[in-house]
Amino acid sequence: MSTKTNSNENILEVNELKTSFFTDEMEVKAVDGVTFAIPKGKTVGLVGESGSGKSISSLSTLRLIERPGKIVGGEIKFKGENLLEKSEAQMRKIRGNEISMIFQEPMTSLNPTYTVGQQISEAYKIHENLGKKQAIERSIEMLKLVGIPSPEKRVNQYPHELSGGMRQRVMIAMALACNPELLIADEPTTALDVTIQAQILELIKDLQERLNMSVLLITHDLGVVAETCDYVAVMYCGKIVEFADVNTIFSNPKHPYTVGLLDSLPPHDRDIKDDLPVIRGSVPSPAEMPEGCRFAPRCPFASEVCKTLPTLETDENGNQIRCWIYSDKWDGDPEVKVHAKNTERTS
Amino acid sequence: MGEPNVDNNTVTQEQKPLNPRVESWKNFFKKLRKNKAAMVGGIFILFFIVVAIAGPFLTTYEPDKGEIVNKLAPPSADHWFGTDHHGRDIFTRIIHGMHLTLYIGFFSVILGATVGVLLGIIAGYYGGRTDTIIMRLMDVLLAFPGILLALAIVSVLGASLNNVIIAVAIFSVPVFARIVRGSTLSVKKLEYVDAIRALGASDTRIIFKHILPNVTSPIIVQATLNIATAVLSASGLSFLGLGAQPPMPEWGAMLSDGRNYLYNAPHVAFFPGIAIVAVVLAFNILGDGLRDALDPKMKN
Repeated sequence: MSTKTNSNENILEVNELKTSFFTDEMEVKAVDGVTFAIPKGKTVGLVGESGSGKSISSLSTLRLIERPGKIVGGEIKFKGENLLEKSEAQMRKIRGNEISMIFQEPMTSLNPTYTVGQQISEAYKIHENLGKKQAIERSIEMLKLVGIPSPEKRVNQYPHELSGGMRQRVMIAMALACNPELLIADEPTTALDVTIQAQILELIKDLQERLNMSVLLITHDLGVVAETCDYVAVMYCGKIVEFADVNTIFSNPKHPYTVGLLDSLPPHDRDIKDDLPVIRGSVPSPAEMPEGCRFAPRCPFASEVCKTLPTLETDENGNQIRCWIYSDKWDGDPEVKVHAKNTERTS
Repeated sequence: MGEPNVDNNTVTQEQKPLNPRVESWKNFFKKLRKNKAAMVGGIFILFFIVVAIAGPFLTTYEPDKGEIVNKLAPPSADHWFGTDHHGRDIFTRIIHGMHLTLYIGFFSVILGATVGVLLGIIAGYYGGRTDTIIMRLMDVLLAFPGILLALAIVSVLGASLNNVIIAVAIFSVPVFARIVRGSTLSVKKLEYVDAIRALGASDTRIIFKHILPNVTSPIIVQATLNIATAVLSASGLSFLGLGAQPPMPEWGAMLSDGRNYLYNAPHVAFFPGIAIVAVVLAFNILGDGLRDALDPKMKN
């Protein structure tokens, strides 16, 4: 893995991860050779459209893929150890303890039959073998940490008595109960309204600094990325197409897909006179995945060479790009300039 | 979030967190009370239980000692339900038979439900081959008519009351397995199950702590309805001479005895028959009422 940081400083390194779903007729490659790394204490954003394999990548990291899905290749190195070689029992010790996860839907991510305290206590009961009373005391501390007012009272309440933002805070408390080194947040703010989104992101950022955690933030919201991430990995159809630090992604995006994503953001400093730019076409279904570059059918620059699959190339800054335009083999317009129309605004 | 200055010491009665379990139980009883038939069924069952416990102390006759001179006597002030062909008091025998009936009903259902719930939850949770094997096995059991299967089991194990319980339990296993498998399939897809798995919980913990409590209501309804079926099947087996052996005051067996005197002493068969009907009916009505009360779609 060759990001700016050397491998000792990466808490998580995912190499050529492949996760497929098997139906009677075919193998659907949801994640097809994903490679990225998360430096210690940093936040990496995993961005992409629905169905690009973001969530499957994150679930694969914790080995939570269920039948008919299966991790078919690659390696996931957490603190230098390959998680794919661990037993299920060893994985259970890692989940919630060293790597935690929060989910998209705070409304359904809490068990309606247990109190908030009982649910946070589960983490302590599973990983630290604490008794009921101690576990509840620690849960109250966690609730305090995630900024829930009067935690002594809230700890005895049930999920249905809390608002969405509160529940997401409880989820975060649950995930962080055992001081994990890596937090995977799968669209943690998608289901929340905008003001609450900002609060939750602020909270995650704040806790990350305080607890010195690394975060893998999965989102399709580029605004969230700009605000919280240090590095960004852009995914398309099960592959990483671009990996760069957050400033580069926004000021100098290279991949036509990244550019398309940025262009389709409504600018907030001027009125929109024409239609918002769009990426033409839609994500190809797994059954008819194009042979070469997966983005080629939708790419405005596509050329002959794009019928073969480009490799993920690393430049001198450690940024990665999977596109023929930046290689010697490029056979299209040599003067082609890929840049976002919105970059003047963001840079 | 409403009250900004909540001091914990001043948390008053009405601020006490509402426990959704307590709340839903309250709600459940409210709905159950509205269902008159179910209440009647429930009251009758309570009455039957009291009779089963206290009844034997209240009658002056003994269930298996008769005055042969007084055989097949019609109902009278001395013998409310008359006497049978041995001159035994039928009222006393029915009261003594109550606990046998309830014992068979409850125990066969507890046994069948335990095994069925376990198999169903395992099949639903693990899916795949485990699911296929368990559920096809259940299908095989379901393919037999219940009473036929029970007959076969009892003839293999031998005729006795406990074997009847085992037989009835075995044929109620697939019913529970199916219901619980279905509920488990829907509950395990919920996000909180993923969340708790991501927290490092083991399968056993997920199954028993996080799925089982959320699939209990269909189990309760089915168990109640199944008691009725169990009572009926057990009486049927005893009627055929495969269950309780004489002189046990089992209702099915009493019915079978009375069959020979239908013309000259119909009361010998009539009263045990009525008793069976009453118990089965009570459990069925209560089961239906519970189903309505526990169904979240049927608010009010």
